[in-house]
Order: sequence, then structure tokens, then C-alpha cells
Amino acid sequence: MLPTALNNSPAGPLSTSRLLRWWQVLLALWVVTMLVPFLNLWVPDGHWLHVSDYLVSVLGKMLCYALCALALDLIWGYTGILSLGHGLFFALGGYAMGMYLMREAAGPGALPAFMVFLDWKALHWHWGFSDSLVVQLLLVLVAPGLLAWVFGYFAFRSRIKGVYFSIITQALTYAAMLLFFRNETGFGGNNGFTDFKSLAGVPLAEPTTRLWLFVITGCVLIAFYLLARWIVGSKFGRLLQAIRDAESRVMFTGYDPLRYKLAIWVLSALMCGVAGALYVLQVGIINPSEMSTAASIEMAVWVAVGGRATLVGPILGAFFVNGTKSVFTVLWPEAWLFVLGGLFIVVTLFLPNGLLGLLKSLKRRVKP
Amino acid sequence: MFLRHIRLLLLASICLLGLQAQAAVGWRDIASGETDDRVAALRNALLESNPRLQPFVQALLDDKVRVSPAGVWIVEGEAVRDFAADQVAVLPADAEEVSNNNRMRRELGVALAVLQLRSPKLAQRQQAVQVLQEQADIKHQAMIEQAWLHEINEPLKEQLQTLRASLLLDAPLAADRVLAAKWLAAQGSPKVSALLEARLAAETEPAVRAQLSLAIGQVKSQLDWGERLGLLFAGLSLGSILLLAALGLAITYGLMGVINMAHGELMMVGAYATYLVQQGFKAWLPGLFDYYLLLAVPMAFLVTAAVGALLERTVVRWLYGRPLETLLATFGISLVLMQTVRSLFGAQNVAVENPAWLSGGWAVMSNLTLPFNRLAIIVFAALVLGAVAWALSRTRLGLFVRGVTQNRAMASCTGVNTARIDTLAFALGSGIAGLAGCALSQIGNVGPDLGQSYIVDSFLVVVTGGVGQLAGTVWAAMGLGLINKGLEGYTGAVLAKIIVLVAVVAFIQKRPSGLFALKGRSAEA
Repeated sequence: MLPTALNNSPAGPLSTSRLLRWWQVLLALWVVTMLVPFLNLWVPDGHWLHVSDYLVSVLGKMLCYALCALALDLIWGYTGILSLGHGLFFALGGYAMGMYLMREAAGPGALPAFMVFLDWKALHWHWGFSDSLVVQLLLVLVAPGLLAWVFGYFAFRSRIKGVYFSIITQALTYAAMLLFFRNETGFGGNNGFTDFKSLAGVPLAEPTTRLWLFVITGCVLIAFYLLARWIVGSKFGRLLQAIRDAESRVMFTGYDPLRYKLAIWVLSALMCGVAGALYVLQVGIINPSEMSTAASIEMAVWVAVGGRATLVGPILGAFFVNGTKSVFTVLWPEAWLFVLGGLFIVVTLFLPNGLLGLLKSLKRRVKP
Repeated sequence: MFLRHIRLLLLASICLLGLQAQAAVGWRDIASGETDDRVAALRNALLESNPRLQPFVQALLDDKVRVSPAGVWIVEGEAVRDFAADQVAVLPADAEEVSNNNRMRRELGVALAVLQLRSPKLAQRQQAVQVLQEQADIKHQAMIEQAWLHEINEPLKEQLQTLRASLLLDAPLAADRVLAAKWLAAQGSPKVSALLEARLAAETEPAVRAQLSLAIGQVKSQLDWGERLGLLFAGLSLGSILLLAALGLAITYGLMGVINMAHGELMMVGAYATYLVQQGFKAWLPGLFDYYLLLAVPMAFLVTAAVGALLERTVVRWLYGRPLETLLATFGISLVLMQTVRSLFGAQNVAVENPAWLSGGWAVMSNLTLPFNRLAIIVFAALVLGAVAWALSRTRLGLFVRGVTQNRAMASCTGVNTARIDTLAFALGSGIAGLAGCALSQIGNVGPDLGQSYIVDSFLVVVTGGVGQLAGTVWAAMGLGLINKGLEGYTGAVLAKIIVLVAVVAFIQKRPSGLFALKGRSAEA
């Protein structure tokens, strides 16, 4: 039985321009990034346009998720490799950032609170550089990047693909979650890291710090969007899509898919790591539940809901799904899993190109 | 030779008992005076078979005894009795309460246990032996000897014999100690090992030392065997659970190629079906509660198979050939199923009780007890495996399933209703998941999250074993179970699981094509 990947491959990036031009997307992202702080600071409390501090933090979280969705889209939407391990890269970036924050919260020379609680006398080896912001920021990139490289190299070299790849990424993430749940691993066990105070002396709880973090996250998202756009339009990007649609033919024409797959896989992991670090700064907690099976699959649904193999789709999808989640968890928490589960089913059954595909076909119907 | 020696000892002690039977018991000596004298009096009294000693010791332990120069009195609320004369009396003014220090209390407790060894009730004798195992010393040897002689319950007699031997370890005669060591060598319990070690540390006689070392070696090797067998059993038990969890997947994923992320939740549905049947029996047929599983097993299968058939008809059907989409959609289904159960039954775990014949265990060795519910699951897994193998290879449905798997178009041409076969096969796979859930309800918690902990494991079993063949699934399940439990001894449970997961991931990278049974033309799509 032949997989019918060719028939079902989602529309390529060029068709995106029919609905939204790339500079429109850019402008929209830019406006959101700038407008939210403005509405928070200068519109008086109580005015209908006022954006509350709570809303800023929720939106900041969603920007991080959008970053993850963009990362997953590069590897899944464009290269056809569904990773169920992006939660791991996200968490690794978050933990790398969190280690520095924990050390700073504890004060110079002191052990983080959870280690004191566990009656540890000295830092473990992997905490060696945790007092240096520069090293930890590098680790935000290196930890997920290195893991992705090693794992990806062996997996792609053995030509593991499709569902098998998904399952072993899931197994890896599950193993990592079990590992991080242990107190002995040295990452705070169940509770993970929390109670951060400041970043390089700047208090994190201050509203202005939060706004700055929001703007930075928005800018990072814009930068990665541009990067992704550049990659997708380049020859490298074309090759990725060729690999997605017919890997053996790509090989027959003389390309080695391993390199291309590995490059985009590592880049995707790096983006997730950065998203995790920004997430920790804004949300103020990181624990092993970010590595749960469900967390990684949820990322896939953001991409699927928005529309795979479009760059704006996953960003929209992340905002749409998480916005719905925020509304439901406040108003009707029991129903949220029904909605999320329903989204999974409806999108895969009826909307193979996601919301963006739906909008596109609606537009086509209105203006033939 | 050993037995003869014991017989001699027995004869001696019986003679002693006979001689002393005539003497009167000094009730007052037991109740008052220096502790040393009281203990001696109590022990003397124990050697006589005076039936009134037991109520007296009990009264002493209950602080109901008063003593005066004139005699001993038992105060029972308002009523007072003169114990020696055994008649109602008035408590004299100079009567004092008997106070027992800790040593006396322990001594009284042991005495009571010794007396209870003669009780006609088995439970009381067992309890007495338990007390004595903790507290008896060489001076109780004679009484225990006698109890051992009269004991008719075989296991208890065995226990008494061990008790006697452990007391004889401290006997003054070197020959006695050697005999005791010999007897204890056959008893592979950790406590005996500790006893022998302690004696060895204190022993000076070379012959006894040699015998003790020998005995310790034998006990140790027995204990090691018990541990090894226990590990093997734990591995088999885990393997059979994994097998049950993976068998359904071997059909839906292995044969049909459907990535069913809701498989774990189907197991949960099976467990909840078992729970409902159990509640039904509790409410309407409490007398037949022990047999509720007989109905729960088919119910779990049917309910889950029905859910599976429904899923196939409504969702999975439209996604054949698109495995990644199937993965996402079935994950959505799993969320819906989980939340449905949570809404219906609450987020807390529900209690599923073992029927009486599944509780308890089979004590094979002193440090190896095989719980009946785990034994039953191993048998159950074997039965389900046999049934699945039979269904796939011997029935019409199995023939059709294999036909559709191998060549859908050709099967369709020969008149097989492939759509119907898909539904039935998916329902079969789901039903087996339900059976797994029913089995799991007997050993673990039943809650909405039950399936989540098994989904990764069961996929790994199927993938490791090789898709599309039952034998591979069996080997993989048993292998992973044994390796996991084998590692646990060295690394702890969580780390063992992590190691197994990482090892499987590495293994799959090493041998992807050999394991996935991708052969011939379909190998490269």
C-alpha cells in the first residue's frame, strides 16, 4: 500500500501570498508587538482598549508558543517529519535559562532553594557555569541543538522516518521527562524551577520588565519569521519540500537528504530552545510537565490548525488554540479537552490545510 | 541422628513436667517481690500444666491483680475474688496494686504466648508463635518443645521447629548448637540468616563455627535464589502486562498500520467497564461477587470493541494511508475519551477490588511470595495471546484481515468486504485493549490517566518486536519486561525505565529496516 503523501501534500508557500502577502504578516506582527505595550502603559485602566498586565503575560506566553509552532512547521510542514519531541527542546532551553535565574535568586555563592531543601552541599557538575548569564544563554542554544544534532544524525542516517521517527522522538521525550522528575538529576524534580527574582539585576516582576520581555519576544518571533521565510524561499527550502514529497527521488537526483534534514532539524530545535528560555522569563516556572507527551502533540495541533507548510498559519494556530484554551479554562474548564480533542479530529478530517486553507478556499469562492 | 536427639530431649522434658505437676503454684510469688524472683516463679509455674495460670497471667497483664500479705486478689470492676481459693471475697485494706515493670511485662507476654501454644484455636497458636519468634529465649525451650510435639497443623509445626532450632542456637551444649545450625540451614529466611550471623559472632567452639558458616552459606544461597526467582517473576509479570497492552496494538498498528494513540484510553475504557460490572455485582448480586470477573472480561472486551468500531467508522476510516494524520486524530480521540470518563466518573481513581480468589499469594520461599493476581495476569496474557493467534490464523476473519493487509485490491476483487474487515479488525484490536484494561484493574489504580502511562511502552514493544507479527511482539514484551526488572535492582525503577527507553530508541536506530518488516516493493514508498 502506497502512502498517498503526494495527493495530500499541503499547498506550498507560494500560494500563501494569495491570501496574505509576507509584508502584511510582518506588519501585523510588528503592530502587535508594539501596540500591546502602548495599550498597557498609556491607555488608562478601565478604558476598553486597556491591555491588563495579565493579558500581557498571556500574550507573551502565546508569542513563545507561536515560536514553537513556527519551529515545528519548518520540520513538519516543510520537511514532512513530525516531531513529537519539541517539548523536550523547549524545556531544555527553559531549564538552561532557569538555572541562571535560580542561581541569581539564591544570591552569590548560595545554593538554589531546592538544593538546600534536598540537603545538598555543593553544586552538581552541570551547574558549573550556572552563575554566568552568557554561558547559560549559550546553553539555551547548545543544549537543545546538540541533543537534536546527535539524535537527528543517528535517526536520519538510519533513514528512520514517518511514524517511527515520531514514536522514537516521543519515547525520548518521555524518558527525559522521567529523568527530570527525579530529584537526583538536579533540576528540582517535580517542582522544577520557580520563584525567580531578577535577570542580571533587573527585577522580573516589574511591569516594565515584563513589557520589555514581551517586546523582545515579539522581535525574536519576527526575526525567526523572516529567517524561516528566507529559508523556505531558498534552494535549501525547495530541497526540504522535495524531500517531504519524494525523498527517494531527491536521492536519485544526487542530493544527500541527511544533511538537509539534519540542518533544519537542529535549527528547529534551537528555535524551540529560545522559545523555552523566553517562556521561562515571562511565565516564571519550568517543570518536567513541559516534556509530557501531550505537550509536544499539542504543538503539532497548533501547526495543523493554522495550516501546515505556511509560515503564518502556525503562528495564527498557536494564537487561536491557546486563545481558545485561555477562554475555556476560565469559563468552562471541563469542556476544554473536548474542544482540543475535537480540534485534533476536525482539523485532520476536514481541514488538511488548516484555518488558512479554509480562509483561502472561502476567498476563492467569493472571488472566483 | 538429629531426630533421635530431639526425641531424647523431649523425653527428658516430659519427665520433668511430670515430676513438677504436683507442686502448687505460688500465685503470690509471681505477683509480688523482686522482679528476678517473680520471673523465676513464673517460669516454674509455666512448667506445670495448671489451667488457671493463663487467666492469672492475663489478669496480671491487664493490671487487675491486687496483692496483700494474706493472698492474691483479682479485681474485676466492683467484683473481687480471692484467686487462690477461687471465691468471691472482700478486698482487704492492705491490698496493693501489682505494678509490672517492662521486663516483667515482657516476661508475662511470653508466658501468655507459651500458654496459648496449648490453645485449641489455631489462630491463637499462630499468634503465640509469632510472639515467641520475637521474644522467646532458651529458657522457654522445654515448653516450645512440648508444643511442637503436640502441634498437628503442619505449617505451624514447621514454624515451631524453626523456633526451637533458633533457641537451641544459644544452647549450652555445643552439639545442640551444631544441630540447630543444621536445621536452620534449610530455612532460607533473612531472619534466620541474621540469627546465624549473630551466633557466629559470639561462637568460640571451632566445630560449631564451621557448621554455622556452612549454614550461613546455604541460607544465603537459598535467599539469592529466592531473589533471582522473584526478579524473574517480576520481569515475567511486567512482560505479560506489556504483552497485553501491546497485543491490541499489534493488530491495529502492526497489521492495519493505524497509529492509534487512543489505545491507552481504550484500555482505560476496559478498566472502567470492569469497574461498572463490579459495582453491578455489589449492588445486585453480592453473593456472587467472587465471580464478577467472569462477566467483566467479556464485558470489557465488548464495550471497548464497540467503542473501537465506532471510532473506525467515524474517524480512522478516512485517514488510512495518512499515518501522521491518524496519529493526531487518535490523540484527539484519546483526549475526548479521557475527559468523558472524567466527567462521568470524576477525576479520582475508582476502587476495583480483587475477588477473594485473586487476593493473597503463593509463598514459594520465605522471601518469595507470588501474588495470585499477578500469576493470573500471566496466565490471562497467555490465553489472550493464544486466542489472538488462533483468531488470526485459523478463522475466516483472520484470513480476511491478513488478506486485506497483504493486498487490499486483490482481497476486494475476490469479494472480501474490505471496509467491513477494517472495522472488525479495529474492533478486535480495541477489544484486546479492553481485556488489557480489565487485567490492569486487578493490579493497579483505575483512573482517567490509566492509559497514558502505557501508550509509549506499548508502541515501543510493537516497534521493537517488528510490525506485523505476533511472535515479535511476544519476544519484545517479555524481553523489555525482564530487562526492565533486571535493571531495577541496580538502578532503581525510574532510571531502569529511562535506560530501557533510550536503549530501545538506540536499537531502533541501529536496526530500523530489519525490525519493521518492510520487505520488497513496499519497503521504499
